[in-house]
Amino acid sequence: MGRTLRVVEYCARVYRRSWRGTLFVTFLSPVLFLGAMGFGLGGFVDRSDGLPGGVPYAAFLAPGLLAAQGMQTAAFESTYPIMGRIVWDRVYAAMLATPIGVRDIVLGQLAWIGFRLVLVTSVFFGVMVAFGLARSPIAVLGIGAATLTGLAFAAPIMAFTATQRNDQGFNAIFRFGITPLFLFSGTFFPVEQLPTLLQPIAWLTPTYHGVALARDLALGAATLPAALVHLAVLVGVTAAGLAAAFVTFRRALVV
Amino acid sequence: MPGRMSRGEPLPLVHARGLTKRFGAFTAVDAIDFDVARGEAFGFLGPNGAGKTSTMRMIGCVSPVTAGTLRVLGLDPATDGPRIRARLGVVPQQDSLDMELTVRENLVIYGRYFDLSRAEARRRADALLDFVQLLDRADSQVEPLSGGMKRRLTIARALINEPELLLLDEPTTGLDPQARHLLWDKLYRLKQEGVTLVLTTHYMDEAEQLCDRLVVMDKAKIVAEGSPRQLIERYVTREVLELRFPAGASVDLDGRLEGLAERVEQLPDRVLLYTDDGEAAVVAVHERGLRPESALVRRSTLEDVFLRLTGRTLVD
Repeated sequence: MGRTLRVVEYCARVYRRSWRGTLFVTFLSPVLFLGAMGFGLGGFVDRSDGLPGGVPYAAFLAPGLLAAQGMQTAAFESTYPIMGRIVWDRVYAAMLATPIGVRDIVLGQLAWIGFRLVLVTSVFFGVMVAFGLARSPIAVLGIGAATLTGLAFAAPIMAFTATQRNDQGFNAIFRFGITPLFLFSGTFFPVEQLPTLLQPIAWLTPTYHGVALARDLALGAATLPAALVHLAVLVGVTAAGLAAAFVTFRRALVV
Repeated sequence: MPGRMSRGEPLPLVHARGLTKRFGAFTAVDAIDFDVARGEAFGFLGPNGAGKTSTMRMIGCVSPVTAGTLRVLGLDPATDGPRIRARLGVVPQQDSLDMELTVRENLVIYGRYFDLSRAEARRRADALLDFVQLLDRADSQVEPLSGGMKRRLTIARALINEPELLLLDEPTTGLDPQARHLLWDKLYRLKQEGVTLVLTTHYMDEAEQLCDRLVVMDKAKIVAEGSPRQLIERYVTREVLELRFPAGASVDLDGRLEGLAERVEQLPDRVLLYTDDGEAAVVAVHERGLRPESALVRRSTLEDVFLRLTGRTLVD
């Protein structure tokens, strides 16, 4: 435990040198997306048939974007910085010459990404509140849902990153993984709009479950059984990714 | 600090028997035996690919042993890795300094990995920066430092936990002569303070400068062991006469140098005569009517030992 915390401390020390730059982007992104899509495009949507249950489009979209923000932040944090520490600067190798072990590195790094996700999604949630888009008292739990969505990506992507020797594989992750998931997993429109054949695929993705959970919480529509299913999927994917990361990090760092 | 006693013998800091490392079908280290005593400076000398780094990584408990016995500080790396590493300092072949942190931060965070308090880590960091003459660069980024400075910072980092055993993998490779001498001076002072040094090198002068005892490695095996002096006495003569002949002339030297030295080694660019009296050999060469372009008498070195043992020079 102590050694894992040292890895977190290392990440915090590095972050302390760059947090100002990231804070602005963290704040700007939800403002732009909610402004353009939520209110701009949402105005059109609400004037036509609107959404089932008469929910304004912006209120529907915001928690979806919250979860998607978790996914995107996690995808970035678990690719380039991790590759840098394994291959480019060999920071993890230097750690391994101390009492710190491979499991400490994986757990500490993932814990740090979790902390970053809480920060980023909290800022996002603050913007939602400012725009009057958190309609339920338990909407704040959406921060947890979005963080968990992020971890469900961070753990398996970290495991993948440790198998790579350069950053070429990351393009594929973003282009064929993160972007389609962002667009088609219920963030912008209900997955029921998808062709019937594609709907089951959406249900299999962590993004769908993260978006659904955050949305149910924000709109006050959460039911315990549904929430438990969403949670189980997100925790399960995170755990599987973590187990894989233990193996791939060991292969990359211990020869 | 006295070594722990075991049947009356001081326990070696590193003890290896039949130590082997294989990567798939490739054998990097082939059943080597050695012991490192507390307080000594012990060297692995050999060309690139001889198995030195693999051996160091096993001692450093970052690379699992394939076969054989290895004990470091009396403990088994397979089961006690973190406990051993807590008492080691490691200077890897490639610098692994953190480019995102300052010089001082590199040391402080490293101290934290060894569970030092923040105040203690900072105190030791400044003392070590002073020792390696980098205190004035404490708040600078790592990137602009010269190669020699980075190497010194890496050594300072390896000392943050006040290790009993310092592992140095090619500590001065790629440094200019001035930077090398500064580093040797620091390592010599550490040795005098009682830190046990284990280092690898492919520089003969480095091994002669720093090592009390060394093993010569070639093709994954140990081919000789002893102090630099012992190895020179055992495998070569006291002096070496180096002769250079005009291009083409060395081809028909066949037999004409016989009897002038204990051993004659013909290299592409020169001829080496191993003898205890180099000056006498120079005279004898001229008496036989040979006219070398140049004749140099020098003390024999570990380079000659290596040549004698492997039939090859130690070039990269």
